[in-house]
Amino acid sequence: MKTTITVNGEARALDLDPRTTLLDALREHLQLTGSKKGCDHGQCGACTVLVNGVRINSCLSLAVMHDGDEVTTIEGVGLPGQLHPLQQAFLTEDAFQCGYCTPGQICSALGMLAEVAAGEPSQETVDLAGKIALTDDELRERMSGNICRCSAYPQIVAAIKSYAKELA
Amino acid sequence: MRPFTYERATSAEAAVKSAAQHPNAKYLAGGTNLLDLMKLEIEQPSHLIDIGRLPLAGIEETSDGGLHIGASATNSAVASDPRVRARYPVLTHAIVAGGSPQLRNKATVAGNLLQRTRCAYFYDTTKPCNKRAPGSGCGALEGLNRNSAIFGASHACIATHASDMAVALVALDARVEVLTPSGQARAFPLMELHRLPTETPEQDTHLVPGELITGVTIPPPPKGGQVYRKVRDRASFSGALAAVAVAGDRLALGAVAHKPWRAAEAEAALAAGASPAEAIAKELEAASDNGRNGYKINLLSRLVPAAIDEARNGRPA
Repeated sequence: MKTTITVNGEARALDLDPRTTLLDALREHLQLTGSKKGCDHGQCGACTVLVNGVRINSCLSLAVMHDGDEVTTIEGVGLPGQLHPLQQAFLTEDAFQCGYCTPGQICSALGMLAEVAAGEPSQETVDLAGKIALTDDELRERMSGNICRCSAYPQIVAAIKSYAKELA
Repeated sequence: MRPFTYERATSAEAAVKSAAQHPNAKYLAGGTNLLDLMKLEIEQPSHLIDIGRLPLAGIEETSDGGLHIGASATNSAVASDPRVRARYPVLTHAIVAGGSPQLRNKATVAGNLLQRTRCAYFYDTTKPCNKRAPGSGCGALEGLNRNSAIFGASHACIATHASDMAVALVALDARVEVLTPSGQARAFPLMELHRLPTETPEQDTHLVPGELITGVTIPPPPKGGQVYRKVRDRASFSGALAAVAVAGDRLALGAVAHKPWRAAEAEAALAAGASPAEAIAKELEAASDNGRNGYKINLLSRLVPAAIDEARNGRPA
């Protein structure tokens, strides 16, 4: 089935079995292997990408559902030698061990910060009318869809906080 | 995943027409539950009708002061809507208690209502499950039933409905709008969407095959406070062991039955002047303990009065 998806700014024409997930289209058909297949059931977050700026689990979406969409993967966030400031913050804060979850963590954090900026509440948000302060509890709750089995959570929180501070 | 054909619907009318022509079709919107189950081959549709791009995602004021929420509004969009946050905080709190942000960004209102149970026997294709394989038996009845239903179960099935959002919507007296296979619109209370398992637990709802949910309507908010409380094994991204939504005088319970459970006995007792503890005790008279799920009775006898107290008197300092 013919599908065109703009991936990291470039229109990519694909001809796919409709069963192909967005994750498999990225990894197996476009050779963008930064997005990782952890659980393949939406539970680990390693496959997180941005679709039209919004973070989703690419393993729980069919590629054919995304005809005409704009997808950003970790390869579109930054490249060796031109790291995104959040990628640099992950290095500076030592926010990973094996690195398998890191592309998903970084794409998820970028989506998360946009959600906070847009005032979207989480279960940690007590005052639904107020501006959201990115406390550690808010940050951890909002990143709960990304599991790190090396348990680098304190450093991941530190990296995202240091980048968010840079932004502010 | 089994092979299937895929089409993108051009209108809601075209979608129901196509479903009528494809007996083993499923509607696809966010896909977060359906695609997961298709990978496990628990769901095996031969045709998918993608309704994700139909203009059914709007959230609009109704003439009586309520809200109309389109069926394909994402969970995140509903939870974040300023009118929902201001007038229906129980709905926002329930939605953000469910799933992960990535899932809520994709999952839709109708998909949330129609999600399948998380009973472990439904997911484990090596085990009996009358909901997945009618006639095979119920593994949970005398098995690992820690998260099973305490209300309204049958000897064929003691699975629970997994939604947080639906519990809040039931407490808010929401109505569901559907398009029938012949293209007629009809609407009915959300409380009447889901059914009890009886002898046919493979049917989660009273929808006719091919019917398409197009939206949900919420009446003006009731007088009084609104609270959603959820108890679970982890602090985040975990299904409820028990949950309660309070909206004024109305109470709904989650993770206790095959459907979001409106606590009508407790509501009646409260209206007659009973204390919150007495009221939930009245509701729990009908609860059953299957061996490992009995703790839910004690849990609710504490959780519900605490939630009612918070709705009446504000959050404890």
